[in-house]
Amino acid sequence: MRINLSRKKIRDSFVDKVQELSGQNLLACYQCGKCSAGCPAVDEMDILPNQIIRYAQLGLKEELLASKAIWICASCLTCNARCPKGINIAEVIEALRQILLRNREDHLKVEKLSDKEKEDLPPIALICSMRKYTS
Amino acid sequence: MKICYYPGCTLKNHAKNFEDSTICSLNTIGVEVDELERWNCCGTVFSLTTDDLIHHVAPIRNLIRTKEANYDKVMTLCAMCYNTLKRANERIKSDPESLDILNNFMDREKVKYEGDVQVFHLLEFLKDEVGFENLAEKVVKPLKKLKVASYYGCLLVRPQEIGLDDMENPTILDDLMKILGAEPVDFPYKTECCGAYQTVDRPDLIADRTSRILTSAKDQGAEVVVVSCPLCAYNLDQRQKQTVEKYPEFKHIPVLYFSQPLAIALGCPEKSLRFDLNFIDPKPILKEKRLI
Repeated sequence: MRINLSRKKIRDSFVDKVQELSGQNLLACYQCGKCSAGCPAVDEMDILPNQIIRYAQLGLKEELLASKAIWICASCLTCNARCPKGINIAEVIEALRQILLRNREDHLKVEKLSDKEKEDLPPIALICSMRKYTS
Repeated sequence: MKICYYPGCTLKNHAKNFEDSTICSLNTIGVEVDELERWNCCGTVFSLTTDDLIHHVAPIRNLIRTKEANYDKVMTLCAMCYNTLKRANERIKSDPESLDILNNFMDREKVKYEGDVQVFHLLEFLKDEVGFENLAEKVVKPLKKLKVASYYGCLLVRPQEIGLDDMENPTILDDLMKILGAEPVDFPYKTECCGAYQTVDRPDLIADRTSRILTSAKDQGAEVVVVSCPLCAYNLDQRQKQTVEKYPEFKHIPVLYFSQPLAIALGCPEKSLRFDLNFIDPKPILKEKRLI
């Protein structure tokens, strides 16, 4: 994959927004990769957790917002627990999801669930999914 | 002793076996369970974005209800409710400005919230208030020779600030199983995420996780797995159907709420165990061990 880096992207308000929504200092990351090593969802991710942080530092907004990875993270917080720099990676990923959701780009199409699915699934699953995947 | 109890939505339907077996167990050891009269869904997840105050209204409102019922502590069973209520509570306790905003938002509530309610989990209650050694004396049917793997999942232990045990190597459930007479089985996937709400749109992914987690428990010799979260229970129990479709070599294993073996050990009647709500029938193994 070809990635274009530019001063413009690095200084884009997107970087500030991710830091603000997540409450995290992206530059604290020194790329040790511990977050990705312990993540139970990496096999389904196109951009790994440590890469997400690097992409966010570089302001690679399009790549991050189009990634599958941000929806595969279920906020299990294993990465946060193990980060030696105390960065809450799960909060950074939540911020990325929120940037899309706040613009009404829902990930879950509730109307596509069948009546049977809605009946079988426990309320905890449906509510949780709607909280994480819809605006 | 009387304790204030917040059930949460799933305890009233899919996880009624969790609730019934807990209430029977607590009553058996002389603890009265007082369910909040008016409670609302906690929202299931704690909001991780800094500016999202609105989603803390639901959990905090339940703490207001607790105060209205004249309690300063409230117990949860569900790991997700525990995490959401406790984190929202800690968040606003450390941030008086947000607390003011929330109180102003709910200005028709008669009680003002001041961060003065404590949220605790049934496991903490059993360990710290009842005491495991006292509980051991109440065991009438030890779970002899039953090999139990305890699955903690994420929300009981992470983040560390609100977790009820060590976040990398929790043992509280294993300790409980041991005093009930069972043989705890340690396994490496005990705190690995089950995929949670992705069960709604990605049951295939849950099949991968369920296969990985339960096969690991089985490989260590477990005969049953115990959990404390209705979402983990759904994924590890009901989703075994999809797991075996994807992985034909996968072998079923019963998944119980930890309160079910607790109720058995304390001599609760079988109707309080509500095994009809467990997808993989635990009765054959329990009968084999002469526990039911």
